[in-house]
Amino acid sequence: MIAVYVIIGIIAVLLILFIATYNSLVRWRNQVKNAWAQIDVQLKRRYDLIPNIIETVKGYMKHERETLEAVTKARNLAQQLASGGVGERGKAEGELSTALGRLLAVVERYPDLKANQNFLALQEELASTENKISFSRQYYNDSALKYNNQIQMFPSNLVAGVTGFKVGEFFEVTVAGEREAPKVSFT
Amino acid sequence: MWEQIRSNQIRSAVLVAGMGVLLLFVGYFLGIYFLDSFIGGLIMALIVWAGMSLVAFFQGDNILLALAQARKVSHDDHPRLYNIVEEMKIASGLEKIPDIYIIDDPALNAFATGRNPDRAAVAITSGLLQKLNRDELQGVIGHEIAHVKNRDVLLMAMSSVLLGTTVILAWYATRLMFFGGMVRSRRSSSSSGGAAQLIILAVAIILMILAPIMAQLIYFAISRRREYLADGSSALYTRYPEGLASALEKIAASTSQLKSANQATAPMYIINPFRKEGRPASDLTSTHPPLSERIRILRSMAGASFADYEQVYQQVHRTGRGIIPASAITIGRATSLRPAEVEAAPLEPDKTERVRETSDLMWRLGNYKTIVCDCGTKLRVPPKFKELTVRCPHCGRINPV
Repeated sequence: MIAVYVIIGIIAVLLILFIATYNSLVRWRNQVKNAWAQIDVQLKRRYDLIPNIIETVKGYMKHERETLEAVTKARNLAQQLASGGVGERGKAEGELSTALGRLLAVVERYPDLKANQNFLALQEELASTENKISFSRQYYNDSALKYNNQIQMFPSNLVAGVTGFKVGEFFEVTVAGEREAPKVSFT
Repeated sequence: MWEQIRSNQIRSAVLVAGMGVLLLFVGYFLGIYFLDSFIGGLIMALIVWAGMSLVAFFQGDNILLALAQARKVSHDDHPRLYNIVEEMKIASGLEKIPDIYIIDDPALNAFATGRNPDRAAVAITSGLLQKLNRDELQGVIGHEIAHVKNRDVLLMAMSSVLLGTTVILAWYATRLMFFGGMVRSRRSSSSSGGAAQLIILAVAIILMILAPIMAQLIYFAISRRREYLADGSSALYTRYPEGLASALEKIAASTSQLKSANQATAPMYIINPFRKEGRPASDLTSTHPPLSERIRILRSMAGASFADYEQVYQQVHRTGRGIIPASAITIGRATSLRPAEVEAAPLEPDKTERVRETSDLMWRLGNYKTIVCDCGTKLRVPPKFKELTVRCPHCGRINPV
């Protein structure tokens, strides 16, 4: 009789452990997803800012049509690919960053523009958005690392294996490295 | 996500429990001495404590902000500050951006408040806002956001209530003993033994004097740990410990004291608002670790992770005991520092520009209207001004209000 109770007790404890581990895995996964969404929010914010910047800059930069067009084109392309594959998108975001960098480098030649309050405000927003992109990436990577560890380490890897948590989902993380926007240079 | 929260909670819970025991001791002796039953004293202590806790829990942040005369700002009032807070919110993984407040004071200080991460606020003095560049401001805000994220804010609020209750009860008890107590002991000495009465009196007096001091020491211990942890977290969020280090250096160099701070709210600030210039903060009786030491740790970090912070902390203290729980350290071991933002320099407004920006902000928060005259003079129009036009005192032009 005692043996039966012991067995039931052990099973109950294992079950509770299993449930707790499963729940914590779900929590980590949601956190990773949430962190990923944050990156998206900031990238979209950048799409929204660019037309405003172009609009403000246009009047001053009569001779930089090509630079401006390159930015607009890169932005539209990146926006189109936003729902596409991660790799493609990463490349498009990278090109957008390069085009933006070129535009803001040209700004240096226009002292009038640098005195424009409206432009300065947009510049602050853009710089901050670049920071936010890199901070959200940083948070995503930290969360992903933690989640990765949970899935691969004993004993939570047993639970992860049975319930189908996949590390594969994660390899997007390294691909995401390509999405990192290079620092915009205002010099 | 960082696990130090849970592990630290246990340690802090023990310390808070210690403060609770002290409070109960005070109540116990109060009961024996004045009410002839310890139950009455305990209940009295608990009622006072519960009342103050409820107020602190539900209105503590508002009271603190009101005491500091802080004013809420939005994105439009100060875009850079708002953006930096949002950046740190993202880096720390907070779900909701805290409210942002400004205290109109030339002293250099900042604090965080709020009972949980969903209802939190960070406040910064206008002086600090003027003095710091973007990287430094980021470090300071990172520190405050870390207090919110690590749930230090509620813990500090609750333990300061415990401390406050203990201090108040002990204060009244000693006063009553010295004045009212004499009368009472003479009356009762006829019925019970005078010696026993005397011993209880002696123990009670010693306890009443010691309890608040001990509660205060525990309180300081909790607070100091939290400061180190927040510094380490700030470095982790910004990946740039130099920002906070250089901000702390500027703060250390300033001599002005915050007008609106008081003893109870002191641990909420980034540095102790009552520190005296040139006096090294002593180990036990300070809410904050010495600034020079905090700066040294931040500057010696090889990377931005907790492991790096821990390593330097142990070197500085020549101890094997760390400040950050082991469970947190395993995360992000290979977290590298980011380089200084050289390219951001031209964007960064210079010192005079920042001062101007902040003073504009303070006028606007005071409901003053700012009119820029064609000659470049800024006219500040008070909210009570009724005229439709105002004459520029500099060039004499008439400007519409």
